Amino acid sequence: MDRFEGKKLDCVRSARPVFRGLDFAVQAGGALILVGPNGSGKSSLLRLMAGLLPAAGGQLSWNGAPVDDEPDAHRERLRYLGHLDAIKPALTASENLAFWAELYGADPKSAVAPALAALGIGHLADLPGRFLSAGQKRRLNLARLALAPAAIWLLDEPATALDVQTIDRLRELIRDHRARGGMLVLSTHSDLGLDNSEPLDLADFTARPAAAFADAPWNKSDTAA
Amino acid sequence: MTAFRAILMRDLRLALRQGMDSAMVVMFFVIAVVLFPLGVGPEPNTLARIAPGVLWVSALLSVLLSLDRMFGNDFEDGSLELLALGPAALEIVVLAKVLAHWLVTGLPLIIAAPVLAVLLNMPADGFGLLLMALLLGTPTLSLIGAVGAALILGSRRGGVLLALLILPLFIPVLIFGVGAVEAAIGGFPARAPMLLLGAILAGALALCPWGAAAGLRQALE
Repeated sequence: MDRFEGKKLDCVRSARPVFRGLDFAVQAGGALILVGPNGSGKSSLLRLMAGLLPAAGGQLSWNGAPVDDEPDAHRERLRYLGHLDAIKPALTASENLAFWAELYGADPKSAVAPALAALGIGHLADLPGRFLSAGQKRRLNLARLALAPAAIWLLDEPATALDVQTIDRLRELIRDHRARGGMLVLSTHSDLGLDNSEPLDLADFTARPAAAFADAPWNKSDTAA
Repeated sequence: MTAFRAILMRDLRLALRQGMDSAMVVMFFVIAVVLFPLGVGPEPNTLARIAPGVLWVSALLSVLLSLDRMFGNDFEDGSLELLALGPAALEIVVLAKVLAHWLVTGLPLIIAAPVLAVLLNMPADGFGLLLMALLLGTPTLSLIGAVGAALILGSRRGGVLLALLILPLFIPVLIFGVGAVEAAIGGFPARAPMLLLGAILAGALALCPWGAAAGLRQALE
């Protein structure tokens, strides 16, 4: 059974510690829900899991082997969804999606239409990206997940700008993904109602500024005075 | 390989849909070259003497003008982080984008260059080598430019910074590019400068994708 875990992860953004000593583990079919106030590091943790952001300390591992040893293999098994929708205004919805299908090794001819339908935007296939609303863009970005199976989904607030019906579709998409043995890590501020999910509150790992900045130059001068 | 093709085709399609971008680079090239006869005066011998240099310097500046778009759009709309997390190595992504950049900016410049060479009264002996030297030199400009374009991502006033970073690195291409054309016009063998242009291209092809990929990773952190 596949297992994705992180041990004693530290995260520092522009010399400011975000969280420290964070442990997590996700099993095949499992879901980890990241909660916590704004700025507690949910997005940073997802970027760190994706490999976009190097960890300041600690280790990510896949089935016990460090992820850093085989970054290519790690990228191949994950799908990341960030705050930006990566929609090209000059390309139609289906052309936008066909590009990602080709990149992910799926056949664009057979994968694009079902993926659009899964998010309920089949009727927008021939509309250029510049005419899509914020919610439609988000749905098109989410359709990327339905193109080809991947072991880990990292979703950063996927429900933003979505209407109630689409959140249901997203839930269905996630259920299918987990039924296939896929893992899910997502950050959210609203309860998406996923079964068997495990919450991870980032507030528990917030680095205490006082301790973190103890050896900072401005604090040293303070103690000297 | 499918990823390389997919990225190349997407960038070419985007360039075709937004045709003005690449047309503007060629128009800048034409206008920059046309400024010289106006500034230096219409004396045919003077123009003929400076023609290779004028063409190369203008081509360099035109390429520079188009570089911030190489990764800029993808960085702003989030495509770049998805490309970086895709199954293809970031170096392959860079190579595909460099090739697309060259096809939509370098190639049109090469096509426009002979017409402008006639305008500058460049001797006919130099035409063949001007084309060959541009063909060898402009891909190098795209490759070196990719490193600069990756480094300035996310910075304010990136355009000026890009010029300061990249123009000094373009100098070898300029020297040997002009050298080859002038050798041909003067009746000397142009083999040596052409070989050097080829060597610079080979070196850039080997090093620049790695440099640019490292710059992109830094920008995405």
